[in-house]
Amino acid sequence: MKYLPLLWKNLWRRKVRTTFTLASIFIAFVLFGFLMTIRAAFSVGVELAGLDRLIIIHKVSLIQPLPSSYEARIAAVPGVETVANNSWFGGIYQDPSNFFAQIALEPTPYFKMYPEYRLAPEQMQAWLADRQGAVAGRALANRFGWKLGDRIPIQATIFRPKSGNGDTWEFNLVGIYDGDKGVDTTNFFFRYDYLDENRAQGEGLVGWYVVKIDDPSKSVDMAAKFDDMFTNSSAETKTTTEKGFVDGFAKQIGDIGTIMVAILVAVLFTILLVVGNTMAQSVRERTSELAVLKTLGFPDGLILALVLGESVFIALLGGSFGLLLAWLFVQQGDPTGGLLPAFILPGRDLLTGVWLMLALGLLAGAIPAAQAMRLKITDALRRN
Amino acid sequence: MSGVKQIIAVTWLNLRTVPQRLGSSAVAVIGIAGVVVVLVAVLSVAEGFVASMRDAGSPSRAIIMRSGADAEMTSGLSGPETDVIKQAPGILRDGRNLAASAELFVIIDLPKRSTGTSANVPLRGIEPSALLVRDNASIAEGRMLQFGTNEAVVGRSASRQFGGLQLGSQVKSGQITWTIVGIFEADGSVAETEIWCDARTLQGAYRRGNSYQSVLARLDTPSSFDAFKDWLTANPQINVSVRRETDYYAAQSATLARLIRSIGFGIAALMAIGAVFGAILTMYTAVATRAREIATLRALGFNAPAVLVSVLTESMALAAFGGLIGGAIAYAGFNGYQTATMNFQTFSQVAFAFRVTPALLILGLVWSLAMGLIGGLLPAVRAARLPIATALREL
Repeated sequence: MKYLPLLWKNLWRRKVRTTFTLASIFIAFVLFGFLMTIRAAFSVGVELAGLDRLIIIHKVSLIQPLPSSYEARIAAVPGVETVANNSWFGGIYQDPSNFFAQIALEPTPYFKMYPEYRLAPEQMQAWLADRQGAVAGRALANRFGWKLGDRIPIQATIFRPKSGNGDTWEFNLVGIYDGDKGVDTTNFFFRYDYLDENRAQGEGLVGWYVVKIDDPSKSVDMAAKFDDMFTNSSAETKTTTEKGFVDGFAKQIGDIGTIMVAILVAVLFTILLVVGNTMAQSVRERTSELAVLKTLGFPDGLILALVLGESVFIALLGGSFGLLLAWLFVQQGDPTGGLLPAFILPGRDLLTGVWLMLALGLLAGAIPAAQAMRLKITDALRRN
Repeated sequence: MSGVKQIIAVTWLNLRTVPQRLGSSAVAVIGIAGVVVVLVAVLSVAEGFVASMRDAGSPSRAIIMRSGADAEMTSGLSGPETDVIKQAPGILRDGRNLAASAELFVIIDLPKRSTGTSANVPLRGIEPSALLVRDNASIAEGRMLQFGTNEAVVGRSASRQFGGLQLGSQVKSGQITWTIVGIFEADGSVAETEIWCDARTLQGAYRRGNSYQSVLARLDTPSSFDAFKDWLTANPQINVSVRRETDYYAAQSATLARLIRSIGFGIAALMAIGAVFGAILTMYTAVATRAREIATLRALGFNAPAVLVSVLTESMALAAFGGLIGGAIAYAGFNGYQTATMNFQTFSQVAFAFRVTPALLILGLVWSLAMGLIGGLLPAVRAARLPIATALREL
């Protein structure tokens, strides 16, 4: 600790150089924060997905509907706690670019199955009392400035209404649900009975089922049991865990995680060179000074530690501020207005960032520090 | 010596001394190359995606869907409606064959090779006239499917990206098994991600009755589009929207391309700031190590602007070098790289190849020159302002 002032003084002997080195590291870790946030946006759904929830879809593809009569048969299987059906609506609110998920479902079983979606009891009551009622996630409501009581018209693309004006379905916003950090609050839920009674075609069909089972360890057996149950029926099924389903869906977009990591490697490699070069220069300039320290009796190990300490210090200082800025930015909320399902910088990635700073500092300082340690006093003093 | 001659002389002297400062110069070069690689690589994704969509469309083809539907997936047309559509004026005729194909567009769950997880692969039911309509598509291997059977042909990209789609293989889906009898090509466009089968067979397999989702028609000339569209939209028997195929695909690629581009520019801009700092450091070092030399030049009568320009030129030369290396790496590493992603408008996979175009390489070079200019500015001013007497005295 008593060498800290010496370290600090050495750092600022070339103010411009240190400032720019700090700035490079700062930028690198701002980028680190952003890239990890993008990565998390696509992976957080997988982490939050329940292990005790299974998704049953049509075997041919997700877009093929399943009969609603399956619900009772699934519920009768021992080990099933709750069954809920979901149907994709795929409508347009004002403009096709305002994309968000609209899902028809039965409110009570669905919200029982997803305790991470929090809806006030009185709003649930209002929803159950209003067939045209709908609830929106907090992020979605904020995106369009919706308030409770708003009437929301959505233009159908798949399901045309039997009656009403043209293709438009109207909903009353009776509730706004919240969720913990990372929970997707960009969905729009409305009642299945409203959809089923009022659509021109497709009665008695649902999109897919979500099943909650009492023992997550049996998920594979249960999945096989459901699929066997519907073999050779008009609609065969494919059952996966919710985790597997969400993961597979994210992978359809592409391996976002790998792409982000590849970019990061390019960034950090560049910064490593910049910092390494700075340290090498500063050691070169201080050759005679280091020789004097050695003459005064500073052991080799201490010289090594001093140079390494300097580069680790720079990395930690610049990096922490960069990560802090990224974190502050992420706290402001999603700039895409709800396009990304989640916008968080996970604590685990912050920790990874700190480790990376240490690694960066040590790597960048390693060669110059070793050179400084091996310096022969006589040679060094003779150099100029 | 005249001003210009001075500038040339000092700049040349400068550039010749770069090898003596190889280490620190390399840092600037590599930093800038890194930015260019990331910029060009990310933008090449958007470029490839847009190209696969653009090449799929032809101004002489029109796609007819139910009004209100913005993609085939959500559209629906009854058999009789498609018959009405086929009577519209302006559709190309080849002898007795009419260049219009009523089609179904659904998805089928198949494993994606790169991840092993299931993917939504587009499956299109076509009519015998489909190849006449799509003049850019042709069977490359095997043969065309026989209508009335459960044979299918797959696009080149689909065969590459998804498992089980080789010539001769069988794909079981629900109660039907498709036999792959051919592989078709369509200029590498989005159509190559699809599997084609007989529309009638598909209607049965997916329980669609006598219904379709779209009609694709080839017009006798691109200019007959307006008359064609007016006839269809004025017809009271049907309620459809008519789009040029080019417009349809352009609209589909717009959102994703914009997203990729903004991410690419955002990341590259941040990286560029870092790289500029690296370049500034390099150039300050260059100026510092040559302080005596520069002072000597000034004492000999070389003026300040000459020194300023020489430092800037060195910085920009290093940057340009970095830009060239970055462009070369991006081209070698990413051009033609095959991948597939999800197109949310059609809810299905689109296979495409990254495209590192000359325009992107030039953009990369422009960025690198800009970084070199900004990075060299402060050190150049410092060099030009160097007080001669003190600099000469320094060690």
